[in-house]
Amino acid sequence: MAKTTEKNIDIKVDYVTRVEGHGNIVANVKNGRIEKCEFHVVETPRLFEGMLRGRSIFEAQHITSRICGICSCGHTLASVAAAEDALGVVPTEQTIKLRKLLLDYEFLDSHVLHAFLLVAPDALGVPSFIPLVKTHNTVVRQILRLKKAVNDCCDILVGRHIHPITAIVGGWTKLPRPKDLDAQIKIMEGMTAELEPLLKLAKTLKLPDFTRETEYVALVSDDAEYPLLSGDIGSTDGSRVSRKEYRKSTNEFVDQRSSAKFTKWNRDSLFVGALARFNLNYDKLHPKAKAYAKEIGLKPVCHNPFMNTMAQVVEIIHCYHHALGILKDLKKNGVDYSQEITVGVNEKGAVPVRAGDGVGSVEVPRGILHHNYVTEADGTIKKANCIIPTNQNVNNIEHDFSKFLPEILHLKQDDIRLRLEMLVRAYDPCISCSAHYLDVKFVE
Amino acid sequence: MKTANKPAKAPAKAPKAAAKPKVAFFDFASCEGCQLQITNLGETLLDILGAIDVVEFREAISEKWDKDYDVVFIEGSIGDHHAEERLKKIRARAKVLIAYGACACTGGVNGMKNSFKLDEIREHVYGPDYKWFDSTPTKAVHQVVKVDYFINGCPVYAPEILEVVKHALRGLPYTVPDNPVCSECKLNENVCMYERGVACLGPWTKAGCNSWCVNNGNICYGCRGEVSNPSKAAQDVITKYNLKPELIKNKFDMYNKCKENDQKPGKGK
Repeated sequence: MAKTTEKNIDIKVDYVTRVEGHGNIVANVKNGRIEKCEFHVVETPRLFEGMLRGRSIFEAQHITSRICGICSCGHTLASVAAAEDALGVVPTEQTIKLRKLLLDYEFLDSHVLHAFLLVAPDALGVPSFIPLVKTHNTVVRQILRLKKAVNDCCDILVGRHIHPITAIVGGWTKLPRPKDLDAQIKIMEGMTAELEPLLKLAKTLKLPDFTRETEYVALVSDDAEYPLLSGDIGSTDGSRVSRKEYRKSTNEFVDQRSSAKFTKWNRDSLFVGALARFNLNYDKLHPKAKAYAKEIGLKPVCHNPFMNTMAQVVEIIHCYHHALGILKDLKKNGVDYSQEITVGVNEKGAVPVRAGDGVGSVEVPRGILHHNYVTEADGTIKKANCIIPTNQNVNNIEHDFSKFLPEILHLKQDDIRLRLEMLVRAYDPCISCSAHYLDVKFVE
Repeated sequence: MKTANKPAKAPAKAPKAAAKPKVAFFDFASCEGCQLQITNLGETLLDILGAIDVVEFREAISEKWDKDYDVVFIEGSIGDHHAEERLKKIRARAKVLIAYGACACTGGVNGMKNSFKLDEIREHVYGPDYKWFDSTPTKAVHQVVKVDYFINGCPVYAPEILEVVKHALRGLPYTVPDNPVCSECKLNENVCMYERGVACLGPWTKAGCNSWCVNNGNICYGCRGEVSNPSKAAQDVITKYNLKPELIKNKFDMYNKCKENDQKPGKGK
């Protein structure tokens, strides 16, 4: 440690996140003391919450799915839940079942891209997936094929994965026909050829050993199902609030260095995402997912943020089996096509509108997502609030830096940079990062 | 890999090893979903990567390119001072510039910001300290720099990406379809949304998406922009279904609010 006491470091990492766009890491160390270690989010504000005002509550899903291309199904599900809550619409059991299927696809799609495109280069010791196209063509093709397979399932279920078409307030504009169910089951069953070798590969990934206790926040419930679509908001610090009280769990505040808002609950910062869900709801995972976790030595409560990636891999297994279960159930018991609804029903007044205040809290791949709409008596949106998982994690990343940086100060500058990159990537703030791109500048 | 001495101006065919065009991707205010559409091409992506030399694509590679680009893709709309300057610098180095996706082509949903007084909407979202975060009225890419190709849609439609890329690499012009979505919708044998009692923007919106949304039981939201000359049939729709112009305008504003910028002096295409 003596050597590090005189160390001077000046690091600036410019990198790009998905929702929040451009983010930077700034770390200054003088004489072994950390002067600054911050995570900045600098992005053109898109002002969705402001733009929604005056639009019809029935348009909220379409507009808010455009917040994020990769999470558009997640935004859709949080949005319709919030709108239905505001309007007092109760979705049918079949509608909910299909929404759960959509959410499983969303997890598979996002986690496959992040965990495997991250895992493969790290496990194979190259800086990005591009060189792998030549050296490990099979692995890259497996990942792309898997991604395409999930995408094809989404095409069948919701028209397309990016900005889904058929899932709207009140239900579905198009329900899967028996041949659509068969097609999805066939694609899903065919996935194992790609999935198995990648799951094996993921086991070989070596992640840094780092621990910092923090508060993990995710949906919790009293039933036996791994809660993704509904439930209360729970924390590893023992707190539990209903989704109506979501603000108690986020406590947003603005800081000059980021155009994303910060959040905290019982501590200085909180963690949302796969590891939070794993820590809170381990018992409810599919047995095969639990078996994999056991094999790789992942146990709740795990305080190593790097293991978020492995928790994602565990969730891939869970969601795969959960989705297949829903498909087979629908196939066996049939789909009630009389529930197919017409979009734009508000113009016909088929769904009564009212002045209301609705919240939708849904687990999306990167963590818990809240949408909150206040409606006028005519069904237009008066106020909207969306709290995005990555925003909730920004504060926690900074606190991790403060503990992590002193622990790695003895390393070479390049290794420090690599470790900081890996830490940010572990949070899966965006696909850019997961594909191993970080533009790192050392300023001497 | 061996390459020719200098990059070709407009290669006659997608070249294999020699003189691959230098291609770059840049994103501005957007959901980045259109970039993601590229990864959804699956293994076709590898064929494209074989025909071009991707020199900047922040999702995938870290190298920075300091020479000119043969083709750049611009995703997103322009909504602050820094973005406008950055876009102009990119244009100055690009032989061919493609506006990629609704946000780039029409301003997209970001245009709805322009329905509000700028300071009011900024303060609404960020509170009293809103001036910490720079923000200007939303512009489409062609409202800032010259655009050579447009790939419309929210999100972009995969077959059209391939079509435009093939044209751009060969240096051929690509004409965005200027007939309404209805022309494709009819061929797909969908029941007209108007017959189902719902107002749909198909009659006024550029085709090219194969009536993607209506095929899936939803309406057309106008994400590809307005046709330049709506047919008489579109007018008949208004009369037949007794549509209020405000209803249609309000629906169009979701993606096309930035069109108003084109009508301002000095902002024409």
